[in-house]
Amino acid sequence: MTTINIDGSDYEVAAGENLLKAALSHHQDLPYFCWHPSLGSVGACRQCAVVQYQNPEDTRGRLVMACMTPVVDGMRVSVKAPNAVGFRAGVIEWLMENHPHDCPVCEEGGECHLQDMTVMTGHTSRRYRGQKRTFENQYLGPFLNHEMNRCITCYRCVRYYRDYAGGTDLQALGSRDRMYFGRFEDGVLDNIFAGNLVEVCPTGVFTDKPFSRTYTRKWDLQSAPSVCQGCSAGCNIFASERYGKLKRVHNRYHKDINGYFLCDRGRFGSSFVNSDLRLRQAGVRIEADLFQQVSIEAATQHLRDLADSGDVVGIGSPRASLEDNFALMSLVGEANFSCGMNDVEAAMMDQIFDLYAKTPDAVATITALERADVTLVFGDDPMNAAPRVALAIRQAARNVHFDMAVQAGVPTWQDAGVRGHAQHALSPLYIATPLPTGLDDVARQTSHAAPADLAVLGLQIADQIASPPSDDAEGFVANIARDLLAAQHPTCVCGTASAEPAVMQAFAAIITALIKAGRKPQMLCTSAEVNSFGVRRFAGLSLQGALDRMQQGSNAMVLQNDLYRREIPAMVSAALAGAGRVLVLDSFETATANAADIVLPVTTYAEHTGTVVNCEGRAQRAYQVFEAEGQDIQPAWRWLSDFEHIDDVLHACAALPAFEGLEAVSPEAGYRTATNSRVPRATHRFSGRTAATAHVSVHEPKTSVDTDTPFSFSMEGENTGQAGALIPYVWSPGWNSNQSLFKFQQEVGGSLTGGEPGVRLGFAPSKSSADGSASSRTKPATGEVNLIPHPQTFGSDELSSLVGAIVERCAPPTLWLNPDDARALGLSSRDGATWPDAKTTYLVQLSDQVTPGNALASVGVGTGQSVLPRDAVTLIKDSAFTPPPDLIARG
Amino acid sequence: MTTTIFIARDSTAIAVGADGIAAQISAQCDQNQHPVQIARPGSRGMYWAEPLVEVEINGVRHGFGPVTSDAVAGLCDLICPLDRAPIDPKVFKQHPLYLGDLSHHAYLAAQQRLLFARAGLIDALDLTQYERLGGLRGLRRALASNSQSIIDQITESGLRGRGGAAFPAGIKLKAAAEAEGVNKYIVCNADEGDSGTFADRLLMEADPFQIIEGMLIAALATGATRGYVYLRSEYPLTASLFGQALVLAREHGLLGPSIYGSSHSFDIELRIGAGAYICGEETSLLESIEGRRPEVRSKPPLPVHHGLFNSPTVINNVLTLASMTSIMAEGAQAYHDLGAGTSRGTQPFQLAGNIRFGGVVEVPFGVSLRTLIEEFGGGTASGRPIKAVQTGGPLGKYLGVRQLDVPMTYEDLASAGGLLGHGGIVVFDDSVDMAQQARFAMAFCAAESCGKCTPCRIGSVRGVEILDRIKTGKNLEKEIKLLDELCVTMTDASLCAMGSMTPNPVLSALTIGPEDFGLPAGSRHPTES
Repeated sequence: MTTINIDGSDYEVAAGENLLKAALSHHQDLPYFCWHPSLGSVGACRQCAVVQYQNPEDTRGRLVMACMTPVVDGMRVSVKAPNAVGFRAGVIEWLMENHPHDCPVCEEGGECHLQDMTVMTGHTSRRYRGQKRTFENQYLGPFLNHEMNRCITCYRCVRYYRDYAGGTDLQALGSRDRMYFGRFEDGVLDNIFAGNLVEVCPTGVFTDKPFSRTYTRKWDLQSAPSVCQGCSAGCNIFASERYGKLKRVHNRYHKDINGYFLCDRGRFGSSFVNSDLRLRQAGVRIEADLFQQVSIEAATQHLRDLADSGDVVGIGSPRASLEDNFALMSLVGEANFSCGMNDVEAAMMDQIFDLYAKTPDAVATITALERADVTLVFGDDPMNAAPRVALAIRQAARNVHFDMAVQAGVPTWQDAGVRGHAQHALSPLYIATPLPTGLDDVARQTSHAAPADLAVLGLQIADQIASPPSDDAEGFVANIARDLLAAQHPTCVCGTASAEPAVMQAFAAIITALIKAGRKPQMLCTSAEVNSFGVRRFAGLSLQGALDRMQQGSNAMVLQNDLYRREIPAMVSAALAGAGRVLVLDSFETATANAADIVLPVTTYAEHTGTVVNCEGRAQRAYQVFEAEGQDIQPAWRWLSDFEHIDDVLHACAALPAFEGLEAVSPEAGYRTATNSRVPRATHRFSGRTAATAHVSVHEPKTSVDTDTPFSFSMEGENTGQAGALIPYVWSPGWNSNQSLFKFQQEVGGSLTGGEPGVRLGFAPSKSSADGSASSRTKPATGEVNLIPHPQTFGSDELSSLVGAIVERCAPPTLWLNPDDARALGLSSRDGATWPDAKTTYLVQLSDQVTPGNALASVGVGTGQSVLPRDAVTLIKDSAFTPPPDLIARG
Repeated sequence: MTTTIFIARDSTAIAVGADGIAAQISAQCDQNQHPVQIARPGSRGMYWAEPLVEVEINGVRHGFGPVTSDAVAGLCDLICPLDRAPIDPKVFKQHPLYLGDLSHHAYLAAQQRLLFARAGLIDALDLTQYERLGGLRGLRRALASNSQSIIDQITESGLRGRGGAAFPAGIKLKAAAEAEGVNKYIVCNADEGDSGTFADRLLMEADPFQIIEGMLIAALATGATRGYVYLRSEYPLTASLFGQALVLAREHGLLGPSIYGSSHSFDIELRIGAGAYICGEETSLLESIEGRRPEVRSKPPLPVHHGLFNSPTVINNVLTLASMTSIMAEGAQAYHDLGAGTSRGTQPFQLAGNIRFGGVVEVPFGVSLRTLIEEFGGGTASGRPIKAVQTGGPLGKYLGVRQLDVPMTYEDLASAGGLLGHGGIVVFDDSVDMAQQARFAMAFCAAESCGKCTPCRIGSVRGVEILDRIKTGKNLEKEIKLLDELCVTMTDASLCAMGSMTPNPVLSALTIGPEDFGLPAGSRHPTES
């Protein structure tokens, strides 16, 4: 540690750090723009000037930019020195001269870093006259607005978009005071992490387009700490509501998971809560396509009757909370409960559990992936499966930069210096997936093959790790083995998307081989849904077993699960047709709900509190943001159990061995802050409490009392000093923007002052005996292809696909074929192809990266299907097909 | 007997009509049926005399200039008389444009030319002529010695970077020689963008092999195998001539896999900039060569360790690299004997602006500014008294008449508040409007700012606006105060010299000519700037 003196007080700071980060870590109010904790320093904006004194006698000192100044033991600086204060006000004055005074209609107003800094520096009136610059804005796609006139040229957008997220289509264009940050022409911003620009931009150049359509000021939002439902990464989010609608999602910092960034699927897809397909009343089918609304009491009676029938299977869901699944399992009994994933996915989850249980120390956090010096991405494209994981892997590819910087004497936070020095150098990243990924641009070597072939490749890698290749051995396998063995943090990432247990088996062999060789690998396996790693902990029936019983006439309760997305449609239809009475609890109309006898409406993650487990085994709580509209809507666990409070459900669940330690997930309902207060969901400036419901009654309604959590449904309470899991929004005096986060951190980029949210659960070996050592797929006959699922970032996920902006980003159902196979089948690029029983026609794309005899099919996109036939199919050309306009041309 | 007539092929000479004069003379000679050979060497740098026509008679080159189109007919009567009548140099004296035997002309004789010793004398693209007048001797000695002794020679000579930063050239070579790297590069900075400077261009057009030779010596010193010359796009003739010189050098084995049969390999690529002033800054220049936005790199790492394509790189100005040839040829001591203080050797000063005899004056450091302007330059072209002199390019301060006795060394000029820079000297007489000059400085910064840092990007635009308002005379006191404040913030806060030095000419203009801003004369003290 290093001691520095700021305005007369001594502070302990991390050695070698830059002065700005050190000052902010001590919660000093020092204005800045171009610096960002994840992006480092470039010294462009000149806003963070302080006075540095040379020695004890020095009274004048000299101005330095804090972000570019390394801390030195004994250094004496002043933030408050008049010349520093005056200087900072001068810089703001210049920036504000070009900045439009459109704050009243700007989406950033009230949470604008520029506004905060302007007020902080004391600039109030402009002394310069002259014209403001003006620019034409661009169409950037469904997620982001572009308002270049507001730009203060801090360069954070391009530094984030290009340098951090690997995007290429946003650039710094022009020069002098005509600097323009945009695309070379109008078009959709291509990078799937573009949405972070909303939070990276210190003012309103890039704003949240869906949010701005029904805009609400930050201070009028009611918010709660939540967990993104988009995949198994479990990114922490602030979810915010007004007028019964989920308005927007912002990043909620978690040191070990998402850090400062989300993916666009999470940010823009989380508003599925507002979908028109929401179920708001309980209903009982009276004829084929007609449900009759019934009261809660009547509906509950139907549910009880079914539970008491003596022959009921319960199908849970990886997209439902632990509490909801637990309540269903308790009701129907373990022997009658299925976790709701199909058997292939369940088998792969079991393989992951076995692997995690065997090597618990190797299970990495997502941010730990960023520290990898060698990374292998195996079997599954994380850009689609769990995008935030991919963003972390991208950072790992840069680690060599920091090593080079240290050697060259460049501080690692000196971003321009580090990048200028390292240039194109990259840490080894190897990718073995069915198709090229969005990380291939930073990969050292890639190999794309069908899952069955990847499994063989993986076993070869494991063999080579066990008997290391000679130094001069070349080739993909030898290089990976050699680099992984030589690495300090050899890191391997896999996932379940390939639907091929042999892939996971090979992955496990690689990890095992590394451990046998005395290495300490890190690994992470992802799955598609938010609670796959939670629900798979419940033992019980396989989905196939459950469907079989239904087909034989058992009654069924299906929890938040569209079975048509799990299994072959014919099989699901047969089960639903054969079943006794089928009760569906869901938030949305689904094909399964439409086939049910009784449908009960349940709340979504934003309307109830629930616990989910992410891919590193971390249980986390997503807190209720607002009360659901509709009297009949309630959390599934309330429908299914007699528990009074969510904490009671959690305790009961935690009593199961698989959930040991779960109670510690977050503070219980009785938690109060140091001043014995609740934590408010609304800001202290929340307005319109009376007016918001004036159309119903002019009297201000009594605020609901939250019996399940320590939060209040109002501005009453204290949003400071609380546990890290209970931060509903970030705000601090003088810091209205998201930059106020540092006031909630022990140090910038470090732990939250109130501790990290969530608790990591252990893993136990699965009881199943799935053997994934060899692929179950056989070689297709001539003229046939094996269909391989190829999930997409946008469109494959069920929930986010309910959101219009996400749908706009979805590609049409697509089949990727090897050109040789296509020729043999008489198909060419952009033709339409289908197979018997296929739900739709697919757009044909050719790629020589596809292993002959295979076709990759996007799943869940548009009207495409989620589950593909496991047997080889014959592709048929659909002559009536007109290809949709080319996305690139449209862009 | 064929008469040889020399007319410079030089951007400046051509700009004032040298090509037309050459064509006219050629036509007139045909008409007179006088066999002449019109040679087009580079310019001698006596730009005040361009278009300069030289006639070689018995090995003596008689000069006439500046020759206007109207004067051609009369001149031809003397130098290529009708029907091969004998030429009598004695009658030349009667011609009003006659400058005498140029080798004894005071303007040149009073100079001590090392870099420009051959300029105007030889065909720029004739390697034999280059060698005959002392070229390649430095390279031969370098090839015969080793890296260490070349570095020692350059270090002992006291040569400092001529681009303006004046960094010791020997230290840079040593650092690059010691740096580890598979590839090393020599980059020649020919992005001559400072106002009032033209020495780089003149040398590249008049004596390109000297630059190639200098780069080869630097390559031998450091082990570099590849060189780049970064030339500004505004010099198309230079690009063409230098490009041809590179081809010839390759043909003659000067460049290529084996330099003059040695085991050393070196080649040079000519890169043309796209017209940004900032590319003259060494790290932006490297970015530009690499094909990126020319933004200033942060140091460390220094280019000598991690420069072009992340490899050890020596980046020097044209004149610095060229100076290495005479240092190697004549020895370090001979070079070190010239100059004053820590500014050793000669500096080609470039006289420009309102000056009677504008051109290149290469003399040892230490000569006074007054000597340069009054004795070489002959005072202002207008004949009016001098009011201001700007040295060191557009970011240099304006010096007033009281500062003309400053000795031209890096240190002396710096202590007078000025900047030696690349040796450009721009003179203004008392008709100059210093407020316009201040505005120009701000406008230049506004046009050339890369846009990265706030003070340079926005401050310069506001500076132009304030200066425009000052001209209206309204709220003068307030506007001047604002200008002062703006200049302080720009100086303190800019990321690189572009923004932080722009206030130099602005504030010094205020000191020198307050009346041009509507202020009472003498109202600004030098301390205020």
